[in-house]
Amino acid sequence: MDPEVRENTISILVNNKPDVLARIAGTFSGRGFNIESISANVTRNPAVTKIIITTLSNRETLTKLVKLLNRLLDVLEVEDLTGMESARREMVLVRLKTNEHQNARVLKAVERYGWKVISNEPEGFVLEVTGDREDIDRALTILEPLGMDDFTRTGTVALANGHG
Amino acid sequence: MKLTGSQILFRALKEEQVETIFGLPGGAVLDIFDELYRSDVNHILVRHEQGAIHAADGYARASGRVGVCLVTSGPGATNTVTGIANAYMDSIPVVVLTGQVSTMLIGNDAFQEVDITGITRPCTKHNFLVRRVDELGRTIREAFKIARSGRPGPVLIDLPKDMMQSTADVETLSHALTYPEERQEPIEESCARALWLVRKAKKPLLFVGGGVILGKASEELRAFVRKLDLPVISSLMGLGAYPGTDPRWLGMVGMHGTYYANMAISHCDLLIAVGVRFDDRVTSKLDAFAPHAQIVHIDIDPTSIEKMVKTHVGIVSDCRPALQTLNRMLDEDPSMVPGERTRAWLEQVAKWKAKMPLTYHPGERIKPQHVIERLYKLTRGEAIVTTEVGQNQMWAAHYYHFDHPNTFISSGGLGTMGFGLPAAIGAQVACPDRVVVDIAGDGSIQMNIQEMATAVHYGLPVKVIILNNRYLGMVRQWQELFYGRRYSQTDLDHGPNFVKLAEAYGARGFRAEKPEDVDPTLRAALEAQGPVILDFQVEPEEGVYPMVKPGASLTEMDLGNGKVLAGSAVPEKVGAV
Repeated sequence: MDPEVRENTISILVNNKPDVLARIAGTFSGRGFNIESISANVTRNPAVTKIIITTLSNRETLTKLVKLLNRLLDVLEVEDLTGMESARREMVLVRLKTNEHQNARVLKAVERYGWKVISNEPEGFVLEVTGDREDIDRALTILEPLGMDDFTRTGTVALANGHG
Repeated sequence: MKLTGSQILFRALKEEQVETIFGLPGGAVLDIFDELYRSDVNHILVRHEQGAIHAADGYARASGRVGVCLVTSGPGATNTVTGIANAYMDSIPVVVLTGQVSTMLIGNDAFQEVDITGITRPCTKHNFLVRRVDELGRTIREAFKIARSGRPGPVLIDLPKDMMQSTADVETLSHALTYPEERQEPIEESCARALWLVRKAKKPLLFVGGGVILGKASEELRAFVRKLDLPVISSLMGLGAYPGTDPRWLGMVGMHGTYYANMAISHCDLLIAVGVRFDDRVTSKLDAFAPHAQIVHIDIDPTSIEKMVKTHVGIVSDCRPALQTLNRMLDEDPSMVPGERTRAWLEQVAKWKAKMPLTYHPGERIKPQHVIERLYKLTRGEAIVTTEVGQNQMWAAHYYHFDHPNTFISSGGLGTMGFGLPAAIGAQVACPDRVVVDIAGDGSIQMNIQEMATAVHYGLPVKVIILNNRYLGMVRQWQELFYGRRYSQTDLDHGPNFVKLAEAYGARGFRAEKPEDVDPTLRAALEAQGPVILDFQVEPEEGVYPMVKPGASLTEMDLGNGKVLAGSAVPEKVGAV
C-alpha cells in the first residue's frame, strides 16, 4: 500500500445534466473522500461538461476513485492529470477597501506582478489575479495588509499539454 | 398517433416483456393504475411498498429476469428504499417506478412529495426523473437495459403526475437510447495469464459467488471444474451456482463457513475467484486471508477487483465469457490438466471434509438444523428457498444443499430482515409450479408479516417455516459469545400465536413442539394447497457454528460446544501437501 498522500488532479467529462454534479460529489462523499477544489463548465459540445477536481489521496485511493467515477453512466471519460505534463491555473477576485496610502502600493504591486484591475473606485479596487496556486497564495499574502476586504477563489483548471 | 404518458408506460413495459408488476396505488399514480385497469399486465397488490420491492427482487432472482415494482410518491417511494438498497448490494436487476407530484409542484413541499431520485442516488445503479413526456418511452427502455446489463442493479424512474397525463407521439417510444453499451474488455491475455498460474498451482481452489448466478454461467463453471478437478467453495450469494451435492463441493466460506472451506482457503496456493466481491463476512481478517494464495479474480465490475484483496490476475468480464474462454484454452492445451500435481491437495481436502462435517446435537427440543435437513429431504432438494436474515439464513445455507442456480434467494449484502416472505411471493409468481419456502425466524417474519394477506389474496402457496426461538437469535448469539450473555433487548418472548395469525389471514397454520412433530408438520404443510405458516418451537439458545469471531483469521473457528480452534493469525503451510 502506498501511504503517501498527495494532491491529485482529475479531469472528468460528463453529460451536462442537472443531477450529474450530485452523482460526482456523492461518489466522493459516500467513501469519505474530500473534494479540495472543483471547477466546471461546458466544453465545445454544450451537451458535455468538463469538471476538474483536485483531491488529496494516495495512489491506491485515487485508482479506486477513478474506477468508481467511470462506473457512473453520465461520466464519459476520466483522466488523471496527476503527474502528467499539464497547464494549471487558478483565479482569484480580490476586493480591497483602501486609503490613499494603500492605493499607491496596490497599483505598484499590480504593475509589478501583472495583475488586472477590474474596477477602480474611490473607496477601493477589485483585482483579478490568475496563476498557479503559489501565485495566488503570494498575491493574497501581499494584499492582506493592503485593505483586503474579501476574495473569491476558483478551483484549479487544468489541461494536459498533449505532448507527453 | 398521440398517447398519454400512462399509455406510453404500458407500451414500453410490454416491449420489455414485463408480465407482472408488484405495487400499491396512491394519489400520484392514479393515472397509471387507471391505465393498468385496461392493460393485460398482471399486477400483484402488496400490503406495504417494502413488500413490493422485495417481491420484485425475489421475482428477479428466481426468474433471472428484471423485476418491476410500482408505487406512489412520498411515503410510497421511501418505503421502497430498504428494498432498493438490498437489490443494489446483491446486484439484482429491478426497475422501480415511483409516482411524483406534478413537475410544477416539485420543490414546493407538495403533499406526498419527496426527492426520491436524490434519496436513492447512492443505492441505485442509476435513476431518472422524467421531466418531458417525449423522453418517457426512451427512459423506460433505457432503465431496463441498465438494470440487466453489466453488473445488474436497481434502476428507479420517478414519474411526475402531469407526465402521465400529458401526451406525446407514439414514435417517441422508439427514440435511440443515449447511454452507450457497456463494453466488454478483451480478456484473452488475462485469461492466458490466469492459466499460467493454474499450470504451476499445486493447491488450487475455486471460489464462486453471486456473479456466476447473475451471469448465468453455472454450466460453464461445471465444465471448468471438471477439467481442472479442483475443490469449490462459495460465498452466501454463490449457493446454487455449483451443485451442493457434488463431491468437489466444500460449501460456504467465511464467518459461518464450513471447517473444510475455511481450511482450504487458508492453505490453497491459487484462489480462482469468480463473480465474488470479497465481502468482509467472507474474508474476516484481511491480512490473514488466503495467505499463501495467488489470486485470480473474475468480475464484471472493475471496482470489485483490487478493492479488498491483492489480485495477481484480474479478469474484467461477465463470468460466462470468461469461463468459456478459459475452458477453450484448457481444451487447446492438455498440459494444463493438473493430474498428479494436485493429488496430495485433494487428499488433504478430503481429510478435512471427513474430519469435521457440519453437525449439531439432537436434543429433547426441536433443533432448527433438523428442520432444514428434513425440509431438504422431503422436498428432495428441489424447493426454491428464500430466507430472512440471521440464524435462520445461515442454517438454511448450511443444511439445504442447493444444486441449482436461482433456488437460494437471500439478502446477502444488506442483511435485510423481512426480505424472505415478500421475496417468496415474488419467486412463487415467477415459478408457479415450484415449491417455494421462506425459512424465517420469529423476529424477522414479523417485519413484513402483512404480506401473508398478499399470498392469500393471490392463492400463492408459499410455505413460511418459522424457526421460533423467541429471540432475535443471531444478535443473541453474539451477546452470548461476546457480551457476557447479557441479552439486551433480544428477548421476543411475547410474540404472537403464529397459528392463529396464519388463520386470521386466511392461511393455514401448524405448530410443532417436539422433534417427532417435525416430519408430520412439514408433510402437512407441503401437501396443503395454499399459503402456510409453520411454527417450529426450537431450542432457544441454539447457535450457528462454525463461527469465526469478527476480526479473527478464518482458521480460528468456534465449532460450538466449547470446541474452539486456536488457528494462528497466519496459518502455517501444511507440510505434507
